[in-house]
Amino acid sequence: MQSEMNPNTDKPVLEVKSLRKAFGSLEVLNDISFSVKHGEVVAIIGPSGSGKSTLLRLINQLEQVDGGEISVCGQQLCSNNEAGNAVYSDQETMRQIRLNIGLVFQNFNLFPHFSILRNLTEAPSVVLGKRKSDAEKKARQLLDKLGLADKAAAYPWQLSGGQQQRAAIARALALDPEIIFFDEPTSALDPELTGEVLKVIRSLAEENMTMVVVTHEMAFARDLADRIIFMDQGLIIEQGTPDEVFNSSNERTKLFLRRYHE
Amino acid sequence: MNYSVVIPYLLEGTVTALKLFALTLLLAVPLGLLVARLRAIKNPLVNLPVKFYLLLMRGTPLLLQLIFFMYFPPFVLGISIDRFIAALIAFSLNYGAYFAEIFRGGIDSIPQGQSEAAKVLGFSSWQTFSKITLPQVIKRVIPASANECMTLVKDTALAQTIGVFELFRAAQNTTSREVSIIPIFIAGAFYLVMNSVVAAIFNRAEKKLSYYKG
Ligand SMILES: Nc1ncnc2c1ncn2[C@@H]1O[C@H](COP(=O)(O)OP(=O)(O)O)[C@@H](O)[C@H]1O
Ligand SMILES: [Mg+2]
Repeated sequence: MQSEMNPNTDKPVLEVKSLRKAFGSLEVLNDISFSVKHGEVVAIIGPSGSGKSTLLRLINQLEQVDGGEISVCGQQLCSNNEAGNAVYSDQETMRQIRLNIGLVFQNFNLFPHFSILRNLTEAPSVVLGKRKSDAEKKARQLLDKLGLADKAAAYPWQLSGGQQQRAAIARALALDPEIIFFDEPTSALDPELTGEVLKVIRSLAEENMTMVVVTHEMAFARDLADRIIFMDQGLIIEQGTPDEVFNSSNERTKLFLRRYHE
Repeated sequence: MNYSVVIPYLLEGTVTALKLFALTLLLAVPLGLLVARLRAIKNPLVNLPVKFYLLLMRGTPLLLQLIFFMYFPPFVLGISIDRFIAALIAFSLNYGAYFAEIFRGGIDSIPQGQSEAAKVLGFSSWQTFSKITLPQVIKRVIPASANECMTLVKDTALAQTIGVFELFRAAQNTTSREVSIIPIFIAGAFYLVMNSVVAAIFNRAEKKLSYYKG
């Protein structure tokens, strides 16, 4: 793989430090720290309930951070005050950060009342103020790339699950994010449909898209990720290359991976 | 019975009924939307008064509310009030409460993932409401709103209790004048015609929005 001559390449796209989150008395995330470099693909694995979705939701401003720091592309979303509680940056910074991030949900969340094309053009035109023709041109290119060219005029309910998820990925890409998060993008799909979605994610990785993928597809994580983060009970148990994690001597990691091999 | 006199007289009452119907909708629908949004605000300083309003309007007879708005301003505040305006206020506040509950149900029925997806895409909360939530809510509240509108057509007859001359009053006047019960049945037919138009409009809207599911 070529290394780009961009001076920003070595600066992390995402940096998370000592992140904490509790729902009432339930501590869901505890001292989570990791960073993602430009062009890197990071897979997050771990049993359900370990806090993976919450982590993604905190970074995407869908939940409120209790403590710790999050930075995206050098812009700080939140940081600790003296008491160790998270304080958010101003609205405009939060907005800019949001526009640098894409999130793909487990159950797609396409807008049912919009055609597939409009699902892709609405945010660029409403949020970024792009001209309608420009937004449509870009949307059609994306649909073409993701094999949905003939679905532009269709409505979400007319698509298979796999096609809906590909459309949702295209919708996220339409805003040209610096980093995309996927929360179990294939978990809501019939097994025969997961392949087409994984293929799209793989092709994005080949284009050097920076991505964080929460997944239960172990073979996929092993094969595609530059780095794997294993989480359990709100903690990062270990992170490393796929080889390191899959040959880990850590008991919790071993136990989890063994369960997934059956 | 002289129909060339009776029918125009009944039509005159119909015009008032329609006016009351249309103006009530014009006020009650936005009021309902506003109240539905206020009720969702967690601060009890906002949502407790809203809940009290909803209880009051839905928990007491509309007839009583009409009488209240007719007699409270002149006898307590010393302000004279037009009968039609008093009726319009009572109807709007009453129907606003029912619409608020319909809209709240509609808003709550939209999956949370919709507004989350919009937020992640950078939509402001107003853009999320107006472009993503509201259009989907409208589709879901059509059946309940159709019911409400058809009830409203019939409820306009209650306005006569505070002396508003509307269709039912016109029919009763004619009945005593002509000593015949037939005008009442003609009025019934008029209500039926008005409500078939209302039903047809809602059916059309429902068809128009059937291009998508969910
Ligand atoms: N909004 C919430 N309120 C209360 N508890 C929550 C909420 N969201 C998640 N949780 C709890 O937090 C824990 C982690 O959940 P989640 O982040 O969804 O885990 P994962 O995605 O790894 O399965 C679970 O115990 C879950 O029940
Ligand atoms: Mg999850």
